[in-house]
Amino acid sequence: MDIFQQILFVAALAAAIWYITKRVRLITRAIKLGRPEDRTDNAGERMRVMLLVAFGQKKMFTKPLVGVMHFVIYAGFLIINIEILEIILDGILGTHRLFAPYITPVYPILIDVFEVLAFGVLAVCVAFLCRRFITRVNRLQASRHRELRGWPVSDATIILSAEIFLMIAFLTWNASDSVLRDRGVGHYGELQGIVPDFLVSQYFKPFFTGFSDTALIAYERAAWWLHILGILAFAVYVTYSKHLHIALGFPNVYFSDLQPKGEMQNMPEITKEVQLALGLPLTTEPDGSQENDNGQQPAEIGRFGAKDVYDLKWINLMNAYSCTECGRCTAACPANITGKKLSPRKIMMDTRDRMEDIQRGWQTQGNDFKDDKSLLGDYITAEELNACTTCQACINACPVNINPLDIILQLRRYRVMEESQAPASWNAMFSNIENNMAPWKFSPSDRFNWADQVNESQSK
Amino acid sequence: MADMAAAGEEPEILFWVGCAGSFDDRYKRVTIAFVRILNHVGIKFAVLGPEEACTGDPARRAGNEFLFQMQAVSNIQVLNGYNVKKIVTACPHCFNTLKNEYPELGGKYEVIHHSQFLQGLINEGRVRVKDGQSFKGRRITFHDSCYLGRANKIYEAPREVLAALDADLVEMKRGRANGLCCGAGGGQYFKEPEPGNKDVNVERVEEALGTGADMIAVACPFCMTMMSDGVKNKNREDSVRVYDIAELIAQKEGL
Repeated sequence: MDIFQQILFVAALAAAIWYITKRVRLITRAIKLGRPEDRTDNAGERMRVMLLVAFGQKKMFTKPLVGVMHFVIYAGFLIINIEILEIILDGILGTHRLFAPYITPVYPILIDVFEVLAFGVLAVCVAFLCRRFITRVNRLQASRHRELRGWPVSDATIILSAEIFLMIAFLTWNASDSVLRDRGVGHYGELQGIVPDFLVSQYFKPFFTGFSDTALIAYERAAWWLHILGILAFAVYVTYSKHLHIALGFPNVYFSDLQPKGEMQNMPEITKEVQLALGLPLTTEPDGSQENDNGQQPAEIGRFGAKDVYDLKWINLMNAYSCTECGRCTAACPANITGKKLSPRKIMMDTRDRMEDIQRGWQTQGNDFKDDKSLLGDYITAEELNACTTCQACINACPVNINPLDIILQLRRYRVMEESQAPASWNAMFSNIENNMAPWKFSPSDRFNWADQVNESQSK
Repeated sequence: MADMAAAGEEPEILFWVGCAGSFDDRYKRVTIAFVRILNHVGIKFAVLGPEEACTGDPARRAGNEFLFQMQAVSNIQVLNGYNVKKIVTACPHCFNTLKNEYPELGGKYEVIHHSQFLQGLINEGRVRVKDGQSFKGRRITFHDSCYLGRANKIYEAPREVLAALDADLVEMKRGRANGLCCGAGGGQYFKEPEPGNKDVNVERVEEALGTGADMIAVACPFCMTMMSDGVKNKNREDSVRVYDIAELIAQKEGL
């Protein structure tokens, strides 16, 4: 490989790394808009959950067929990184199949594995495109789910097509390389006896037999470049795409909720208000409000509940970036199943859209960008929020432990406590609880009336 | 409870009746059935009676955290005042709130759902289930309550209780962790549903009827109402009955 190609490659690699770093910084900054929350407790349990759910793909296998298909892509992605390492080193050093002479007996086995996985990825991506556009899996249809209209469908199609393209480039690159080696052309010939034909690409060789040596070298170079530039471009693209879940899925699972799903998170700032209202001694909460000991007012609290992404917790925001829009949450949501506007997937996509709008604002109008919009109202409507039964089916369904309910609850809290905007019948329920200690308008003194019937009917 | 405390006695267990168990005419029958079982096996229990108040579950889930904590803190004062250690309740919403949400506010108790409690009684042989009504040949399907199942991973206890009846248990397509909500949770019970194609309880009842069951067993007051309304909506109230697992055990026991 000539020095010109080496320089070009290093430049391309550096540009990709520079750009990805920039994107990662921007996304990190967006996630840090959220309020702090400690999710570092119980490291052992967190590690266990991450190994099981993220590395082990446990929840994907609740749908076994899709689980296996997704696993092929996942394993292909993880393992093909070894091949990419060789390609990158070859690109920098101007070598060809750098690892081959050093690990001779293992090398062909490795490449065979990569090729089988590459073929698997190719086949599964075709199957996934069929599921979207031919068999039309309900949860992936934009006609049924408004949050998918426009960009999300294009995004999914681009990803699947790009993966197919990258795998074809990889397999035909190996095939053209094998033909050049067989013919003993230049440095390709040096690998004769070291690198044999590979498991999958050997079947692509007949396609190249009619090529002249020059044409073959041109194809081999073009395929190599397209493959690696494609991967670099894909890595940049991922930071703009729902496909970011390939990176954030892992930390997202590690930092996911460990408490029982039915437990709604406490609001310590309210505890203080309640203790003051009831004339009780203030307790210091382990999580946050410890400044109360000396009787001083704690630092000013924000609002009760969340109106915008700034009021949510950072994990809610990381959740949004980890969502791959598969819609299992929405497919399990009783409100959505029965035709209500709520879609847990849309809650997550809206949260991410809001952050991306803020990011764009930073880039065009500077770092102290603020607009008049907010997540609640401009992105998520009250009708959606009010439809939630808090049944936790969405949390249960999510393969990467995203919690849409937590966002719904925080937005509800804002509507009820800051805006007093609950539906009228909820307000009636609230006042019943407040006045009668029950959600219905019964006298508390009648609470024990049932007891009269215990003995009466038993003696019958 | 106040009477027991005045007499210097301590109950083995506090039965948390819940608002539905105290006021809802249908669920009062469940309360009574469960109390008869407790009396039958001779457990020394107490109830708070007029001193009990809503746990605050619907308020919290609707977003009114302030009201929830007012209820929680007052309830905890009462419970701690009586030195309560162990609570059993027939309402999964009370169960979840008392078990998972009260500890952080200073209320730490051992909380048991009545399905677990009944399962314990059956396992220990204290409930023998053979005297009363026969359930042979009846098809029963169990509807998982979200706050019992997904929220607290209690799937088997109610099923084991039903298994003691000698009936045919049939499962719905969406069961256990994938169970479909009855549509009442999160404060929905207390307001009209948002516009949609159909109500959640109708969807769920269609699924239950699809199993061919003539009985739908529930373990939650909200599921009870929602399933019963759904059965009425389908005009099947003459052929399909909705029962709480405690009622079925009481019937089987001839109580």
